Amino acid sequence: MSENALALPGKPQRGPAKARLTAAGTNVAREQSVAAPVAAERDLRLDLFRGIALWLIFFDHIPSNIVNWFTIRNFGFSDATEIFIFISGYTAAFVYSKSMRERGPIIGGARILRRAWQIYVAHIFLFAIFMAQIAYFQSASNLENTIYAEEVNALDFMKHPDETIIQALLLKFKPNYMDVLPLYIVLLLLFPPILWLLQRSATIALALCVALYACAHQFNWNLQSYPSGEWFFNPLAWQLLFVFGAWCALGGAQRLSWVLRSRITLVVAAAYLLFAFAVAMTWYFPRFSVFIPRWLSDWMYPIDKTNLDVLRFTHFLALAAITVHFVPRDAGWLKSKYVRPAILCGQHSLEIFCLGVFLSFAAHFITVEYYRGWIMQIILSFAGVMIMVATAALISWYRSIERGSGPPKRTSDADLAGGQV
Amino acid sequence: MRTVIATALMILAAAGAARAEPSETCGAPSYLVLGDNLLQRVWAAVGKRNSLKIIVFGTTSSTLPGSDGAAEAYPAKLEAALRRNLPGVSVSVVSEARPRQTAEKMVKSFSKYLGEEKPDLAIWQTGTFDAMQGIDQREFLTSLTDGVEKLTAAGVDVILMNMQYNPRTEHIIGTEPYAENMRWVARERQVPLFDRFAIMRSWNEAGVIDLYAVTKDINIAKRLHDCIGRALSSLIIDAGRLKVIENKPQR
Repeated sequence: MSENALALPGKPQRGPAKARLTAAGTNVAREQSVAAPVAAERDLRLDLFRGIALWLIFFDHIPSNIVNWFTIRNFGFSDATEIFIFISGYTAAFVYSKSMRERGPIIGGARILRRAWQIYVAHIFLFAIFMAQIAYFQSASNLENTIYAEEVNALDFMKHPDETIIQALLLKFKPNYMDVLPLYIVLLLLFPPILWLLQRSATIALALCVALYACAHQFNWNLQSYPSGEWFFNPLAWQLLFVFGAWCALGGAQRLSWVLRSRITLVVAAAYLLFAFAVAMTWYFPRFSVFIPRWLSDWMYPIDKTNLDVLRFTHFLALAAITVHFVPRDAGWLKSKYVRPAILCGQHSLEIFCLGVFLSFAAHFITVEYYRGWIMQIILSFAGVMIMVATAALISWYRSIERGSGPPKRTSDADLAGGQV
Repeated sequence: MRTVIATALMILAAAGAARAEPSETCGAPSYLVLGDNLLQRVWAAVGKRNSLKIIVFGTTSSTLPGSDGAAEAYPAKLEAALRRNLPGVSVSVVSEARPRQTAEKMVKSFSKYLGEEKPDLAIWQTGTFDAMQGIDQREFLTSLTDGVEKLTAAGVDVILMNMQYNPRTEHIIGTEPYAENMRWVARERQVPLFDRFAIMRSWNEAGVIDLYAVTKDINIAKRLHDCIGRALSSLIIDAGRLKVIENKPQR
């Protein structure tokens, strides 16, 4: 929103050559030199697709939900997490590169760390809600059943809260479905030096991140979890997608524009998406898996989410290439009221993400304890989206009031946009 | 994610011919108790020696408490079901279930029991404790592969059995990636997977067993184990391509 306040709506970027590039359906073209202009209009596609990703993550986090049959994870290798992390990297670079350029690496870096702190606080808040829900479950649940004598041990952490809470504060103990924010926190903690390097030599920075990704795969580098094991989303692998997003925001997309414009890219991307779709169908209809040759399945499986499998990464790239081709930055419908709900959610992603985690707990709880059946699952899924949209609208409204009463100069502070990273 | 498969497949199952006797599996969908991966040693043992020796490696969910627990848990029920369906064959099922065992720990104990018992088939129930402990996926995958290799190398057929379904713990225990790895190893090593998760869910949805019930009533647990034993016997008979004696009463 602060960019919107800054930019003149509807005006293309300066520089005729660049304006033509973006109009040609390539990704956002933003100058990467240290003295880059700041008055670029916010790319609504980022907000739109991040908003949609938040909805999909919400659906996917309701176990046994009929609605999550239709989320993108069922139709290929990658899922909404990739979209969310890529766009987060993109917007983080967009917002913080400005403050790092104008105020130096120390202040720029400090702002990134402040954002990491906010997300940490949000995560701990969600953890408290999770614990409350578990405490309730323990008192009124079928876990006392003889059938579940083993599963009841999953609540062992309630028996020694001292250890549990400390491990949760250290981000080592992460309940199921609460892995994304810790990943995001670590990515932001690593981000100041990466962003600094990206601004100086984008290619070297990206090459280093690819090397780190390769090492994480080769040497099994990952962070430790509690009580055992490692992080479900390995930050040392997933950083690649985040940094790639940042790299695109800082001029990479522009450099790739010739690739994105080429028909060959489009054909290859479409073919790959079709291939992934066909493979995904064999998961649901195992009878068709005979059509996958042995050598292919040997090479392909398992498709590792923890370490951001190359197949997942490339699947996301193919999706992005197709999307960028068919949804140009200046598409008129991006401003229509029909896509406004998703854009609103995407603009307040931290708040809406946290709300989504809470709502998925709540929806699961209601479907288990009160109203079973798929009709209720559909109703709750859509009610959840409505609540997310209403909350996002409320936050926008509140911020616009705050901004109206505050000193106008504050709006030019890039960090305000931090609320939207 | 693969939990979706189960329901998606129900449609296929409805279209497919029901090879298994419904009453014998408590109404579990037939595609869940049919095996495309054959149990050749089971087939040979029954065909040549007229005997079948099975060992169950598992954790707490393969047992029931109480003095009659061993007789009521699914390994004993499996033995009873196989004897009913294969009269004249000497069937024995040994249960080696211990609490709090990761897949890795179980693999280490395999050789001891294989030497003692010389089974034809091992039913390996695992994954639950690994999921609760958050064991690294790669380690879990390695243990699964090692275990299946060890068993097949010892001349034993293998059936993998995954977790129980509990609607209430779906949000608490992240079983999905572990279940997926088990599916993958089963496919890769061409061993049957007894999809306990999907089967229990289908029973719950069909009202065969109420898994929501907040009760300490042991009879629900006994009924569940009886049904699991029957469904398992269907899988073994199908995957071992064994002939059921038709005119024998089913109950």
